[in-house]
Amino acid sequence: MKEKEKPEKKNKIIEEAAEAEYKYGFVTDIETEVIPKGLDEDVVRRISALKGEPEWLLEFRLKAYRHWLTLKAPTWGHVHVPEIDYQDISYYAAPRHKKEGEAKEIDPELKKTFDKLGIPLEEQLRLSGMAVDAVMDSVSVKTTYRERLAELGVIFCSISEAVKDYPDLVRKYLGKVVPYTDNFYAALNSAVFSDGSFVYIPKGVRCPMELSTYFRINAAQTGQFERTLIVADDDAYVSYLEGCTAPMRDENQLHAAIVEIIVEDRAEVKYSTVQNWYPGDKDGKGGIYNLVTKRGLCRGDHSKLSWTQVETGSAITWKYPSCVLKGDHSVGEFYSVALTNNWQEADTGTKMIHLGKNSTSTIVSKGISAGHSQNSYRGMVKIAPKASGCRNFTQCDSLLLSDTSGAHTFPVIEVGNDTSVVEHEATTSKINEDQIFYCNQRGISTEDAVGLIVNGYAKEVMAKLPMEFAVEAQKLLSVSLEGAVG
Amino acid sequence: MNALQQYIDLFDESRELIEQQSPELLNTMRRAAREQLQDARLPRKGSEDYEATDLEEVFAHDYGVNVNRLPFDADPGEAFHCDVPNLSTCLYYSSNDAFHSSATAERNIGKVVVEPFSIAAHDYPELMAAHYGRLANMDDPTVALNSLLVQDGLFIYVPDGVVAERPIQLVNIFNAALDMMVQRRLLIIVGKNAGIKVLACDHTQSPDYHYLNNQVVEIVAMQGSSVDYYDLEESTPLTRRVSSIYVDQHEGSNVLIDGITLTNGITRNNYHVEVNGEHAETHLLGMTIASGEQHVDSHTFISHNKPRCNSNEMFKYVLNDNAVGAFAGKILVKPGCPRVEAYQGNRNLCGAPTAKMYTKPQLEIYTDDVMCSHGSAVGQLDEEALFYMRTRGIGLDEARRLLMQAFVADVIEGVRLDALKDRLHYLVEKRFAGTLSNCAGCLAACKGS
Repeated sequence: MKEKEKPEKKNKIIEEAAEAEYKYGFVTDIETEVIPKGLDEDVVRRISALKGEPEWLLEFRLKAYRHWLTLKAPTWGHVHVPEIDYQDISYYAAPRHKKEGEAKEIDPELKKTFDKLGIPLEEQLRLSGMAVDAVMDSVSVKTTYRERLAELGVIFCSISEAVKDYPDLVRKYLGKVVPYTDNFYAALNSAVFSDGSFVYIPKGVRCPMELSTYFRINAAQTGQFERTLIVADDDAYVSYLEGCTAPMRDENQLHAAIVEIIVEDRAEVKYSTVQNWYPGDKDGKGGIYNLVTKRGLCRGDHSKLSWTQVETGSAITWKYPSCVLKGDHSVGEFYSVALTNNWQEADTGTKMIHLGKNSTSTIVSKGISAGHSQNSYRGMVKIAPKASGCRNFTQCDSLLLSDTSGAHTFPVIEVGNDTSVVEHEATTSKINEDQIFYCNQRGISTEDAVGLIVNGYAKEVMAKLPMEFAVEAQKLLSVSLEGAVG
Repeated sequence: MNALQQYIDLFDESRELIEQQSPELLNTMRRAAREQLQDARLPRKGSEDYEATDLEEVFAHDYGVNVNRLPFDADPGEAFHCDVPNLSTCLYYSSNDAFHSSATAERNIGKVVVEPFSIAAHDYPELMAAHYGRLANMDDPTVALNSLLVQDGLFIYVPDGVVAERPIQLVNIFNAALDMMVQRRLLIIVGKNAGIKVLACDHTQSPDYHYLNNQVVEIVAMQGSSVDYYDLEESTPLTRRVSSIYVDQHEGSNVLIDGITLTNGITRNNYHVEVNGEHAETHLLGMTIASGEQHVDSHTFISHNKPRCNSNEMFKYVLNDNAVGAFAGKILVKPGCPRVEAYQGNRNLCGAPTAKMYTKPQLEIYTDDVMCSHGSAVGQLDEEALFYMRTRGIGLDEARRLLMQAFVADVIEGVRLDALKDRLHYLVEKRFAGTLSNCAGCLAACKGS
């Protein structure tokens, strides 16, 4: 009898969860300057002109655009990206300043938006001491704490400003880790990228605060193509956070970003993401297509790059933050929690390319699928023949919370020498009924029990997040999970 | 370049002859294969599912094809003893692609049917028509090529309720004195509650010629049946092998497929299992010991189409010198198939700086109440274990050999024929000692101690 009752209860709770609202689904009523839809060379030139870019950058964009025309969208992912009409998207949208003379002041509407998102832009309101770069649609709205960081020589600004203020640095590093020829979406981004953050940590500087970028898509029928470039020079350290939200809309919006990271000798970069783009409604309508290319190059010896991601949003996620471990003794890490519900599809994972001797990498991926969602881990660990003494450990676990969801793992391992050790483990199972029963016995409702168990399951990854984010991520996980009981 | 073209051209030229010599059923399939191959290309290295192996290259060599079905004079029974001590089998030979039965073949008579396709097509037309080519997927150009050129094959049928007393041993020998490609084909149908064990071993008599074995095996395991298929390869560096084994499992059936490669040139083994009945059990085992320029690539795919079935997979590779190993395994659990338990393991020892291992274990799960896992590891022998043994006075080489033997032992332990198990332990020991290829007296290199 008990068997029979369960599915009904389960369905009820899942329904409730599906109806739970996406908290960040509001739209800001702000005047926005949007260039007409469509994409051709003129649009690329126009974006470049709007941003007042130098000639070399325009050339870079045009080369990328011409290359993009020769490419086809990749279809190998375990996601169903519908045919995207790239002529039906507007490639540049900027919140308009009310008066030209007040360019430095933030529009109160805009400020309200970020306050609502919990991203205060005024330094005096900040308690946690985190420097924030806020990006709405195609432009950076405001970067906080810039002056204080500048005292240490740390550059933290939007990439458009960096192009103007530090052209040599940007030119030296842009497109070096993710060339525009890398893939379809990277080529598109390179052609039309709008804004994003630029971080440069000079030699020997340990960045005193967390740097953070908050991305917000606001305007309808636009795509967001941000570009982030982080350079940590010798012995530097930085922890960088990225958060994202978008309004609830019935149509899908495209987000194709590039993140490039360069880590020099003995430097360390920690990159954390809490991705909460609008995932679409319970019938799978609307939502963001999150198709991004993230890659870091550990160029220096003893360098370290750590990716931590909590993926709960987006209708479709296609994302593989990777490490190229070129320096000897370099370290790459990837910690991921990907939660999909309703009709979301996530295909995410990492690549660890070991080129340097004695480089090590760790991959911990936790997938949670509920509703009708599909959640895939796709990863590659490659040890080059000359990279002796390398070590990799990979663990990817999947938790299934409904019988209509799917969990998949597609790892690729290539080992080219006899001194390296690579391990891969993966498990897939549903949530342990004994554990739920135990919690029930102690008066904990099934829903809370699932929240507990899942949070425990994801703890290994959560522990890697900076404090401020961990709290948010934990809450986010509980909300996204609400009721998705298996 | 299109390596397939030479064989298609050959077929077009000698179509009449080939069709005359074959049962009509094979010809029907042949026509479909010809259409399938019209614009087909063999996969190149680096393409999806062929990360390590270049089939275009494998087929590019100018192999002879025995279109005229000329008999080769050597009597395999005379020239050859593939002997497993203490194992009494019904022995069959295929020399290149022609089948012969031996004196011991009659032992199962009246119960188990073992016939070439040419005879089976008359004796069991319905069974042949129902199952020949049903499982093999012609989207794979190598399978289509086999269907295009095959003129005969071996049909094994175990009627309902019959459990074969003795294993069937099929010894495949290449003994042509010229470069040659053969299309071997096997159809095994095991009736309800029936049981059979098949031991197939591939040997090459001459190390000087290029041989290519492009084989397709189809196994149908009916309700409650039990099937063991052991596939042992001991060939030469110039031998190429592309093998595709397709299995269709019904309710409560228990199937074990064991692929063992001791010596070879380039080998690609595909295992494709469709589990179409509840409570079915699947065991896939694989063991590869490779050195020199050996290249072994195994692909497995188990599709769980019904609830409550189990599968177990373990592939182990020991690679030395310039050997290349590749393993890709996929477990699929279809929607609405709860209570599936599926385990997959792949463990590899890389014993030389130039040995390469590619591994790709995959899970694709569409239902929640399952227990599935895969594990994959590439590494070396445990330094501490080696040290321990050396402190006990065991030399480094000996210690390495012992540990390597222990490493593959659990795959051998999965064998469900005691005599064969002992034999494999012995062969593996000899293989690690490097003396396997020096076995005097028997060209097939596995004559007994």
